[in-house]
Amino acid sequence: MTQFTGKVWLLGDDIDTDIIIPTEYLALPGVEDMKKYAFSPLREELAGQIGQGDIIVAGKNFGCGSSREQAPEIIKQLGVRCVIAKSFARIFFRNAINNGLLLIESGGLRDDVAEGDVITVTMGEKIQAGGKDYPITPLPENLMDILNAGGLVKAMQARNGV
Amino acid sequence: MGHTLIEKIVMRNTGEPSVSPGEIKTVKVDRVMIHDIFIPFVVDKFREMGFQKVWDQDKVVLIYDHLVPTSAVEDVRHFKIGDAFVKEQGLKHFHRADGICHQLMPEMGYAKPGNIVFGTDSHTTTYGCVCCFSSGIGYTEMAAVLGTGEMWIRVPETIKVVINGKLPKGVYAKDIILRLIGDLRADGATYKVLEFSGSTVEEMSVSSRMTISNMAIEAGAKAALFAPDEKTCAYSGVKMEDVDWLYADEDASYCQVMEYRAEEMAAVLACPSQVDNIHNVSEMAGTKLDQVFIGSCTNGRLEDLSVAAKILKGKKVAPFVKLIVTPASRSIYQEAVKEGYIRILAEAGAIVTHPGCGLCCGRACGILTDGERVLATNNRNFLGRMGTSKVEIFLGSPATAAASAAAGYITVPEQE
Repeated sequence: MTQFTGKVWLLGDDIDTDIIIPTEYLALPGVEDMKKYAFSPLREELAGQIGQGDIIVAGKNFGCGSSREQAPEIIKQLGVRCVIAKSFARIFFRNAINNGLLLIESGGLRDDVAEGDVITVTMGEKIQAGGKDYPITPLPENLMDILNAGGLVKAMQARNGV
Repeated sequence: MGHTLIEKIVMRNTGEPSVSPGEIKTVKVDRVMIHDIFIPFVVDKFREMGFQKVWDQDKVVLIYDHLVPTSAVEDVRHFKIGDAFVKEQGLKHFHRADGICHQLMPEMGYAKPGNIVFGTDSHTTTYGCVCCFSSGIGYTEMAAVLGTGEMWIRVPETIKVVINGKLPKGVYAKDIILRLIGDLRADGATYKVLEFSGSTVEEMSVSSRMTISNMAIEAGAKAALFAPDEKTCAYSGVKMEDVDWLYADEDASYCQVMEYRAEEMAAVLACPSQVDNIHNVSEMAGTKLDQVFIGSCTNGRLEDLSVAAKILKGKKVAPFVKLIVTPASRSIYQEAVKEGYIRILAEAGAIVTHPGCGLCCGRACGILTDGERVLATNNRNFLGRMGTSKVEIFLGSPATAAASAAAGYITVPEQE
């Protein structure tokens, strides 16, 4: 059973992909060049503060707006272990799974935790925060297959024998 | 049990006699659209996955629009990679400067009634105006579709939206969809399909339906469908008998039904900086503006330019206000020249630009800075969307935009 612990960065509702990475940086050559601008319209300093293994906890409709896949890629590149939100926007949800970024839906957690709290996730089972347990619904099997393969590129490589 | 429009499309595609919301299905993709800004990423992923050839050269459409004309030296790279991919793969459909992808896909007949189409841009929901199930996907997923011609989907639930009656003067399709987004909120239709019906919708042009399906994504929708009628068939160049299977059954099952009277609609605005922050234009009247934008895949069509021209005929844009007008496609531009709309707008003092995404995606042609305020006809008013994060963006109809450009402040369009 996979279990991990991480520090919380707290965000609100409707965090759109223009906030995660503004269009003006999308023509930079790669996500490495873009990642320092992550979340800059909202919190300019945040990209520099997020560390390896940290956890983003947000409100509803995380990742809404533009289809830009750099959004989940950048979050992964920043070292974020997983994003926990009340709900996710559809395109972001697919993009994150396809890039091997773990997403967890939890209705109750966001309103109970504070930024800097340390929380523990037990995959497919629960989140523990402040002495309280928050149950998790496991992802559908076809999505777990993509996540377990390490993302859609690896799944397709296996299909193509690369 | 009957079926909704989206269920009928999935059933037709998979050959299954019945499908239900929640089921995971693999569909055969009828067409894909890839736009310039993501081309390098799609091509990279396609190769990394180990694919050599696209599954069907006729089913792939490449469109340059977000970076046309270029505004930074590095933009050129996207075109070079795109041009090379077209040549290498022998792709049959590509557009280097013909307009915005979401206008061209239905306009050129790439997205037709009953088709399943995916695009790399979130506003791919637009093609629902001709009852095409179309939705946005990321570039990694697009690369996989290019190689396989297939995509998994979860059969979505449907929200039925019924609008009956006649819209008041000065109220347009844009006001309807903004109102609906305000009622649903930005996540109210997430993973779901919006299915539109009612006499107001039946009366609407395909262009007006396009404005509505374009913005459905702002409520999180996966698709927004209008059952095909004679107008759809004329627009898409298909026969009614080819689409006689494409209707929602009387006993179809909906997760929610929303009903509106058109007479109760008013001209509205999405206020900074969420698309679901909806207020009547009258509440905001008098708010001073620095710029007005009429264009985009939401409202850059001939009927939009016609409304703007009618309002601005013989008038001048207010001093210190910049009015930027961007037709959605080259053919619309040419038609607008022929009809005299461009002359009227230019004489009023508008800056008329080449068709493209420029200002709407915040890359070129009128980006703004801290403290400035813009009223725009496009689809997003997020922080930083059209310049710095301290720009205030109001979204409204072309009529509201034109009336406000002449006044220099937010103005309710004439209700005659």
